[in-house]
Amino acid sequence: MTQRYLAQFQEFSRDGATRAPASVNAARRKAMDRFMALGFPTTKNEDWHFTSVAPIAEQEFTFGAAATGEVARSDLEPFGFGGDSWHSAVFVNGRFAPELSDLDRIDPRVRVVPLHDAWQSAPELTQKIGTILSDAEQHAFTMLNTAFMPDGVVIQVPRDVVVERPIHVLFVSDANAAKTVMHPRNLVLVDRNARATVIESYVALGDASYFTNAVTEVDVGDGATLVHTKIQREGRRAYHVGTIETRQARDSHYVSFSFATGGSLSRTNIYTKLAGAGCGSTLNGLYMLDGEQHCDHQTRIEHVEPNCYSREVYKGVLDGRSHGVFNGKVYVHPEAQKTDGKQTNNTLLLSKEAQVDTKPQLEIFADDVKCTHGATIGKLDEVALFYMKSRGMDAEAARRLLIYAFAAGVLETIEQTEVREGLERNTLERFVKVEEPVPV
Amino acid sequence: MLDIKNLKASVGDKEILRGISLSVGKGEVHAIMGPNGSGKSTLAQVLAGNPAFEVTGGSVTYAGRDLLELAPEERAQAGIFLAFQYPVEIPGVTNAYFLRSAYNEIRKARGEEEVDPMEFVGIVEEKLKLVDMDADMLNRSVNMGFSGGEKKRNEILQLAVLEPKLAILDETDSGLDIDAMRTVADGVNKLRDKNRSFIVVTHYQRLLNYIVPDHVHVLSQGRIVKSGGKQLALELEEKGYDWLVGAHVAAGGSASSGQPVLSRA
Repeated sequence: MTQRYLAQFQEFSRDGATRAPASVNAARRKAMDRFMALGFPTTKNEDWHFTSVAPIAEQEFTFGAAATGEVARSDLEPFGFGGDSWHSAVFVNGRFAPELSDLDRIDPRVRVVPLHDAWQSAPELTQKIGTILSDAEQHAFTMLNTAFMPDGVVIQVPRDVVVERPIHVLFVSDANAAKTVMHPRNLVLVDRNARATVIESYVALGDASYFTNAVTEVDVGDGATLVHTKIQREGRRAYHVGTIETRQARDSHYVSFSFATGGSLSRTNIYTKLAGAGCGSTLNGLYMLDGEQHCDHQTRIEHVEPNCYSREVYKGVLDGRSHGVFNGKVYVHPEAQKTDGKQTNNTLLLSKEAQVDTKPQLEIFADDVKCTHGATIGKLDEVALFYMKSRGMDAEAARRLLIYAFAAGVLETIEQTEVREGLERNTLERFVKVEEPVPV
Repeated sequence: MLDIKNLKASVGDKEILRGISLSVGKGEVHAIMGPNGSGKSTLAQVLAGNPAFEVTGGSVTYAGRDLLELAPEERAQAGIFLAFQYPVEIPGVTNAYFLRSAYNEIRKARGEEEVDPMEFVGIVEEKLKLVDMDADMLNRSVNMGFSGGEKKRNEILQLAVLEPKLAILDETDSGLDIDAMRTVADGVNKLRDKNRSFIVVTHYQRLLNYIVPDHVHVLSQGRIVKSGGKQLALELEEKGYDWLVGAHVAAGGSASSGQPVLSRA
């Protein structure tokens, strides 16, 4: 099953289409070898115990340039939340689309460069690629991404610079993406005392079946802050595996939100390493599934240095025969005294057939820490539903309001108003209509 | 306006209402009293349509309609309101949003236009005074972190906003100190009028010093064992429930008409 990826890789290497330095191509080859050695993970692998990637492994996705010219600016409006003054880097079917992007108004000191250019135009930035991943050679999908990494975005916010408006990195797939695999690779560098908001979106126009295999590396410098929102609204027949790995320096803040409602099968990894004293991480998320959707989140918070905090709230709303997975790892190294960590996972089950697996995983090697975790799984509160109905609300309105209130409890942590309100609308709309099951 | 005939209801296998008959006329205030477990709250919940209770017999006619055929929201839209004994907390939904949604649902049912948030503020402000509540309560999640008294006042605020034709107060006085109870009772009294009927369910007579009923009914073991005027409440206060409950048991529980004639034992 991995053989055709090798064939694709050989073709990709032969074409030499990437203009990358030899050292990068050497790293690509090494990653490909490693991927071939690892193969796709099976459910025997502890990290993939609740998620079978057989539907991805068994399909024949092709790799190569899918046509990109059929997406118009107006098609993208629903994905921008009305934030018309946002800076945006748009990718269609995995390739940078300059005609759809808006990068003219950004502070000229800030660099936002498509990766396929950056190999040549910003080697001082691209040399960081791969350096933020900690145990990538154990992750088959990350190795596969590294073998190709044809395009993506490279962002650098230099020292002391504050970017007020969000930078939206939008990956859109249309009908031309059908049966293809994309390997977007992103790098976000927020230097000392800088601050930025990055929104990383994966969306679809139409309902093609395709596979996104994304990796984003993030480096947050001393005293810097990155607000990083990932929005996974892939097509209902799409497959998505996405890893975000962050390294935080002293006194930095990383504020992550993962919103996932798309895809037939998706896996999102969000890893952060608190590698300097006095920093903080907030990892929140919301996934809402129905039909036959499967959505897996794995988070890993690694406390390396003392006096850091981490806060994590993930919520899931599961309808139909969907399956939600949450695995929250927290490692506290022996030196990371005074760590203050809190993790919560709440699931709302809307049907008898929906299924959830939740697995908190705390490994603590320091003795002076405060770490808690909690998980709840419940249905809509019948008493609350009756209470609302007894005030005149119809059964559907009452149900929707309760679902919305559950989700809003975590959505309200999103500071960026347009994103928060946009996702709240998205949430309200999602449970208005009963969606037709999508034939696979 | 409300005619209950031989109403029976169960939870699971347990029959709780064992034949209740009661008529409430327009503008009347009926008090339902009785010891714990007598079925008072069940009666209130069944009238509001709580699906946790199964109606196993009898009929309820409300304003000429078969009440038992209506869904809870249809009952509310038709003008029935239940003030809960234990008001429900709804995290994430503000009181203002909740109240306005309910208000608009009921307006829609009456064929009236919905009001927007600004208009609604004007409407609710006046009602807040009635129950001595601060406007900032509107921005908090429904009943979240409210004290017992605040929750009960919030129920009466909803009553005031929704303007029902029949209001059922389920132990609205329970858990309240005398001041809080007086505030709630004052609110209710201001909402009394010739077109609005009340069923006041209470364990204690003291609430009835403030909300003076036209009729008092005593429930025991799922049946009305005695009915009378407001003086019956005073009598119960003095003697407790034992003499009635005892009499009922002594009578062999044969009062299936729901209007037994019981003499004092």
